[in-house]
Amino acid sequence: MTDTTSELVSKESVFQRINWVDLGPFIALAVLVVVGYLINPDFLSPTNITNVVTRATFIGIIAVGATFVISSGCLDLSVGSMAAFAAGAMILFMNWLVPTWGANAIPAGIVFVLCVGALCGLVNGLVVTLGKIEPFIVTLGTMGVYRAFITFMSNGGSIPIDRSLREPFRPLYFGTVMGIPIPVLVCAAVAIVGSFILYKTKFGRRCAAVGANVEVARFSGISVGRIRTLAFVIQGICVAIAAICYVPRLGAATPTTGLLWELQVITAVVIGGTALRGGKGHIWGSLAGAVILEFIANLMVLSDFISEYLVAAVQGVIIIVAMLIQRFSRRS
Amino acid sequence: MIKRTMFALAGAVALLGAAPALAQDTKVIAVSIPAATHGWTGGVVYHAEAAAKEVKAAFPNIDVIVNTSPSAVAQVGVLEDLVATRKPDALVILPFTSEELTGPVQSVKEAGTFITVVDRGLTDETIQDLYVAGDNIAVGSTTAQFLLEELGKGDVVVLRGIPTVIDDERIQGFQDALEGSDIKILDIQYANWNRDDAFKVMQDFLAKYPKIDAVWANDDDMLLGVLEATQQAGRTDIKFALGANGMKEIIEKVMEGDEITPISTPYPPSMIKTAIYLTAANLNGQAPVRGKVILDAPRITKENAQEFYFPDSPF
Repeated sequence: MTDTTSELVSKESVFQRINWVDLGPFIALAVLVVVGYLINPDFLSPTNITNVVTRATFIGIIAVGATFVISSGCLDLSVGSMAAFAAGAMILFMNWLVPTWGANAIPAGIVFVLCVGALCGLVNGLVVTLGKIEPFIVTLGTMGVYRAFITFMSNGGSIPIDRSLREPFRPLYFGTVMGIPIPVLVCAAVAIVGSFILYKTKFGRRCAAVGANVEVARFSGISVGRIRTLAFVIQGICVAIAAICYVPRLGAATPTTGLLWELQVITAVVIGGTALRGGKGHIWGSLAGAVILEFIANLMVLSDFISEYLVAAVQGVIIIVAMLIQRFSRRS
Repeated sequence: MIKRTMFALAGAVALLGAAPALAQDTKVIAVSIPAATHGWTGGVVYHAEAAAKEVKAAFPNIDVIVNTSPSAVAQVGVLEDLVATRKPDALVILPFTSEELTGPVQSVKEAGTFITVVDRGLTDETIQDLYVAGDNIAVGSTTAQFLLEELGKGDVVVLRGIPTVIDDERIQGFQDALEGSDIKILDIQYANWNRDDAFKVMQDFLAKYPKIDAVWANDDDMLLGVLEATQQAGRTDIKFALGANGMKEIIEKVMEGDEITPISTPYPPSMIKTAIYLTAANLNGQAPVRGKVILDAPRITKENAQEFYFPDSPF
């Protein structure tokens, strides 16, 4: 225990080193960009970069929430299913309001889905903390539950958004403000608020303390259950925000929406420098991780020399190499 | 949805031994299909339930029980329960996987049940009395044929699904039909029969190739993602964006005479209905049905689209 306490103190006193650690994923990202340009110069074309970064925002936004959960020493496997469920619930709610509310159904739907997300997160958090069950198991369970909900709501097919809402809602994914796509701005806002909460508030510091050592945190008078539940609620809200940006893209939710997002999110957070066993979270690193993952997928299509059968293998290797670059830069 | 739940309950109750309640000469068709986890299986469930209702109404002496299973293991369980509790006169099965289901279906057959296999064949063909399936090679070649006629020459990109026999056959049919022609396949990538993945892959195709004459997604669900990506890019070089399967959203486009998507090719989930009807014909009227029924994949155009359109189906 004395070990961990001194570690906490030293971490706070030598904060220059922390900044250096934060740089790791960005170095990996820079290397990837250079490699990408060498493979296909089109990689750096403004359209391609905009496309890919916009696509990365779903995983990025959810990864901000996951940084809280993982930093507090938990894990949430239900995010992909939750995103699909939230998107489906949002569409059904808006379609139901359209006849009376018209285009006002969109803001109402946004408020509604934020509540749904927060509630889903609350369920995860309460079962984990009150039930004292491993978060891995709890969220594995709710992953199935939320996935079944969306399948049930759609009858296995798809839940399309009402035609009259399609056009007014579309800009939320495809629109830009001063050349920057709206989802990217939303993602940046989420990350700014997230890093304020995680780094500047009492809750954020307690989050990391709980993740670093539960026993020490408990003895210092921190309510571990409350902190972790809140982390899950933040995760749920982030999933809802991602769903808000997701729905206007294809205008529908299906049982295959958000499939395997949980793994991408966890990978993004870990590439970003947050330890899977908890402790200090790196929100901007998580975002870089999300962009790295999407860049890799993009490069697989843009390059000509990788057989379509081997794409997954190459992706896996690149992720591991990105982790190595990140670790290497941490040591130096 | 409620109806389906009640149906499943009724099926379960029947399976648990309500058999004596039925008259002696009532014949039972058990239908075992995958649960609705994506569009196509959603369509299978819809058409199986519709067929069950219609067959029961037409032939009062035939009872049809529909069971959906979320996994291969669950489907094996359903078959075991069938053999143990109630010997159906016929079993119509769309197997989750060929290998795992072959043995269990064999044991149902040994109890004297007529076996109809749909879509995915078992590893031992001698088990089935009747086999009903679509033609995946034709799905690819019909599309390719259209491009040969309407495009003649040009560059196409292809989005394929998940590495399976179904996917391989469609791609093979497409490639074989184009071989030696002036239509060149620029690129083929997996998009997992998923709308989102197809959107991403298509964005990347558009960034990679300045000129694309046509795009083929070997499933209509993916085509919806493709169309969204091309619309966003505002590219005018793409003359055709085609899919496959005959999903209702795409059939609607075909009916409206869409310029980019004027056709589709069916691999219809309603084939389960063909199978149930044929099986009932055998039980009721002794119509000979043993053999293989391979549904063709004709071109769905504006003229015949109505035949392939099911507005109430989830697919």
